[in-house]
Amino acid sequence: MNAYEEILTQLYELLKPSLKDGQKLEEDTDLVADLGLDSLRVMTLVEEVEDSLDISIPLNVLANVRTIKDFALQLQQLTEEG
Amino acid sequence: MAIFDKFRQLAEARQELAESGVESINVVMERIISPTEALINGRHTILVGTNNYLGLTFDPDCIDAACKAAHEQGTGTTGSRMANGTYANHVALERELADFFNCRGAIVFSTGYVANLGILSALAGPDDVILLDGDCHASIYDGCRLGGAEVIRFRHNNVADLEKRLRRLGERSENALILVEGIYSMLGDRAPLADIAALKNEYGAYLLVDEAHSVGVLGEHGRGLAEEAGVEDKVDFVVGTFSKSLGAIGGYCVSNHPELELIRYASRPYIFTASPSPSTIASTRAALEVMRSRPELQRRLWDNASKLYQHLQDLGFVLGPEPSPIIAVRLGSVEQALAFWVGLLERGVYVNLVLPPATPDTSPLLRCSVSAGHTPEQVDHICEAFASLQEIVQAS
Repeated sequence: MNAYEEILTQLYELLKPSLKDGQKLEEDTDLVADLGLDSLRVMTLVEEVEDSLDISIPLNVLANVRTIKDFALQLQQLTEEG
Repeated sequence: MAIFDKFRQLAEARQELAESGVESINVVMERIISPTEALINGRHTILVGTNNYLGLTFDPDCIDAACKAAHEQGTGTTGSRMANGTYANHVALERELADFFNCRGAIVFSTGYVANLGILSALAGPDDVILLDGDCHASIYDGCRLGGAEVIRFRHNNVADLEKRLRRLGERSENALILVEGIYSMLGDRAPLADIAALKNEYGAYLLVDEAHSVGVLGEHGRGLAEEAGVEDKVDFVVGTFSKSLGAIGGYCVSNHPELELIRYASRPYIFTASPSPSTIASTRAALEVMRSRPELQRRLWDNASKLYQHLQDLGFVLGPEPSPIIAVRLGSVEQALAFWVGLLERGVYVNLVLPPATPDTSPLLRCSVSAGHTPEQVDHICEAFASLQEIVQAS
């Protein structure tokens, strides 16, 4: 598995509790529109990912994140920079 | 109509609130009777949600100063500080603030919100990094965004989490700006400032403390948490407001860095806003003097705050983590909070109703802010009102 796929797998795992009945997680799943994450849940998710990858995620980055794929790509870039 | 589509969710939430009979964000104070009383829905109501910590909004000296300034200098400056809006009194207030905080310089802004916007947007640009406490006020988040700095949030009041993030920054930590508040506006808890200041020194970072809710409230001279914690020399910037303990409107920043003066020329929220009116500046100067000369106001504030906190705790309510003039009563559900808030208003007590996502977590809050102006009888009445509504909490 490459770095992007590893991050994707981690995100799927962390997002499982947010799934509604019959819903599947895919790269194009929208964090707010599809999963209904509110701002509090998004910040909790960010903290969980930060702890797991030992990185700090700037809030500026989140403005460009809508889907799981967007998030994974940003995380890949941050982990490569770190 | 696509441009308005984004408001649909808000419209639905507003409609839902209106249907439940709760108009918490449209409360009209029909007549202001004193710093702690108003007429709401025709009912004499005790105000326990105004941030009027020292009760100075009706102080005779402040009112006289405001009236005199309006008569002598007019109702407004009609211009920016950088153009025609700097009067002798703006400069005098800046001198008095610098003197009060034992700092080299001060800048006065038109509101507390604008003070954060003005300082943060000018101070931290795209090449800088900011570390802010997750519970910081919206004005701090907005100021960071306006400046375009890289913004990293650390867990509320969690020094270990802050250190972890400083460590991850490597050499960049030497230019990082740490942002915290003296007293946090929702739960009323203090920042662990001595530990944060020690970290700031260890990593060579900068530290800004927003003392909006702590000036007049903490410290022997009322200078806020930095004074109380004995770390004023380690704090690079203090931001504050005139709209709480000082009973007016406006904001400021004080600092020992000589570069503070240059921020005037780089701060768009300072440059492109009309300056505070003469009456505002005059009443603020008078209030600063009252605050300095009447330390008993702070003692009275804490007596009232401790009494209310203790009483609510004894009644079994879940409160913010420490006694403070901001007392947050946590409730289990939005429905419970709405019913409780309406019940308090019917009993002549106004508090702030705060619903998620405006709260630090998923609990809705009844946010009380206590004043030195509350009489013992008023505090008793507030306690009785809470006690009489306990069944709402117990029923669920």
